[in-house]
Amino acid sequence: MTTIRMQDLRKSFGTFDVIKGVDLEIEPGEFMVFVGPSGCGKSTLLRLVAGLEDITSGTLAFDEKIVNSLTPSQRGIAMVFQSYALYPHMTVYDNMAFGLKLAKGSADDVKRRVHKAAEMLQITDYLDRLPKQLSGGQRQRVAIGRAIVRDPKVFLFDEPLSNLDAALRVATRLEIAKLHAKMHETTMIYVTHDQVEAMTLADRICVLRDGNVEQVGTPLELYEKPQSIFVAGFIGSPKMNFLTEQFADAYKTDILGVRPEHLEIKDKDGLWKGKLLLAENLGSESFLYIDIGAKEPLVVRQDGSAHQQPGELLCVAPVNNNIHRFDQSGRPAAN
Amino acid sequence: MTASPTVRSELLRQRSRSARLFLLPMILALAVVAGWPLLRTIYFSFTDASLTNIDAAKWVGFKNYLSWIQLKSGRTIYSGLLVDPAWWNAVWNTVRFSVISVALEAVFGMIIALVLNAEFKGRGIVRAAILIPWAIPTIVSARMWGWMMNDQFGILNDLFMRVGLIDHPIAWTASSDTAMIAVLIVDVWKTTPFMALLILAGLQMIPGDIYEAARIDGVHPVKQFFRITLPLVKPALMVAIIFRLLDAMRIFDLIYVLTPNSAQTKTMSVLARENLIDFDKFAYGSAQSTLLFLVIALMTMLAIWIGRVKLDGGER
Repeated sequence: MTTIRMQDLRKSFGTFDVIKGVDLEIEPGEFMVFVGPSGCGKSTLLRLVAGLEDITSGTLAFDEKIVNSLTPSQRGIAMVFQSYALYPHMTVYDNMAFGLKLAKGSADDVKRRVHKAAEMLQITDYLDRLPKQLSGGQRQRVAIGRAIVRDPKVFLFDEPLSNLDAALRVATRLEIAKLHAKMHETTMIYVTHDQVEAMTLADRICVLRDGNVEQVGTPLELYEKPQSIFVAGFIGSPKMNFLTEQFADAYKTDILGVRPEHLEIKDKDGLWKGKLLLAENLGSESFLYIDIGAKEPLVVRQDGSAHQQPGELLCVAPVNNNIHRFDQSGRPAAN
Repeated sequence: MTASPTVRSELLRQRSRSARLFLLPMILALAVVAGWPLLRTIYFSFTDASLTNIDAAKWVGFKNYLSWIQLKSGRTIYSGLLVDPAWWNAVWNTVRFSVISVALEAVFGMIIALVLNAEFKGRGIVRAAILIPWAIPTIVSARMWGWMMNDQFGILNDLFMRVGLIDHPIAWTASSDTAMIAVLIVDVWKTTPFMALLILAGLQMIPGDIYEAARIDGVHPVKQFFRITLPLVKPALMVAIIFRLLDAMRIFDLIYVLTPNSAQTKTMSVLARENLIDFDKFAYGSAQSTLLFLVIALMTMLAIWIGRVKLDGGER
């Protein structure tokens, strides 16, 4: 059970500041997800925690013990890389046992731990194979297995699903969720740019933007009470509609945000009226792009397939007044 | 669907026809500059050819390689290349030179490649600079080193005397104790860059994230080299070593210029040339050239065979 505390953590490459003062506390056994667009510094922040990058300033503490100058192996962490980073010349067994053997573990203990992890991940049949003889999903399991056998205090994932195809990504996501349930005493940090991964896996999500923490909270908190336009736009798919000018004025605010799933088509008396530009049919749901005279078309989510035709005039209104109000600076407007 | 196999085979035929056409000039050129001289050399090794009158060569069979006469006393006297101590001395010199020089070049090349593989300022310039010894023509570098190793005016003796490593000048290239060392120094100096470049190419094929995984596994740098870097760079290293070995086996120019007429450094190629041209034993020199060719051909086949065995069953 490890608490991770970052205080004014900074990282610069030359004159370029990547992490600009992060304060964050991660609870013991928590599954924390760092999410943000590419270039926001989420991977760098993870590498600072891992010890793969030097901390420029600030402190990083595991359980009140400052670990700034400890090597990755001294920190008691394990990491799963996006590219798997398996040793190509070693069998699956050796990949998992390599670190343990170096740590002078007894042969029996190494064997027991590797087989336990292999069983957990269902890779026992592949222990004698080389990484190149495995599929992408199997390789990623081996990488996770290699991390598990280290019995880490802190478990780090750097976009582990990015190299997998869509179906495998969902399956592996479930595996990781199960893993977290089994290893509930291990603190985990998971980096992703995929907000679905973030929402489904996280106990808490930390949204990063340009090297700063934008908001930290549970997935639902972020969804329901985004503390900025950035978070509101980043969490949720398709992204939130933002309306200004007369549309916002009606709600006495500068910027009005409404999620596509919080809009519905009315037969008449809709708040907003406009022509249907395009309907995207996904079968179980559909997205309607409606030109109501705002800068961008309004996106409306609708259950089932769309029966409306492009060009049709539609009326739209927010459901149950489920709206978000922001001021010019992008912060939630005071009531 | 039924027509497609014939269409494809027609396409295949066309392709191989044009491939043969493109290969023809190369095969012709090789036949003229390599194949014909090789066959002539092998032929002359079975004759009594002399440089002054090559056309009058008569077939003598294996006499140049091995022949014997039985004396009345019952003693048999053998003669020919296979019992020639000068030849076996040259073989020993060649093998000694090849093994030592390639071993040293592999070690130094690996060290240099590891340094050049690291990130530092001015890496591009250093990479280019390191190639200079290799780019200098051998004749030039041999002469250059010859002067540097000169016993009276050479800078090497001057330096070593000043530092106090030696108390009297050494005739590096002339002394029988140091001639081979002199040749080895120059060859290692000249060819290590080539080795380093080949190994560097191999090192750059190793993905960087493996080293990060190794850091998380807590692998000591020395162990990291022997357990991760070396096994992964081994294929490239083996190719480099085999190339260099085949090259070193036929060394001629450096030794011919740096230490002429030294029995300590005379290699198979140098000896063959001496017999062919200087001693007017054209047939005998041809026999030596033929044997050298056979040795190198055998080594090449062995290298290819070992390489294939590894590809098939070596990696589990």
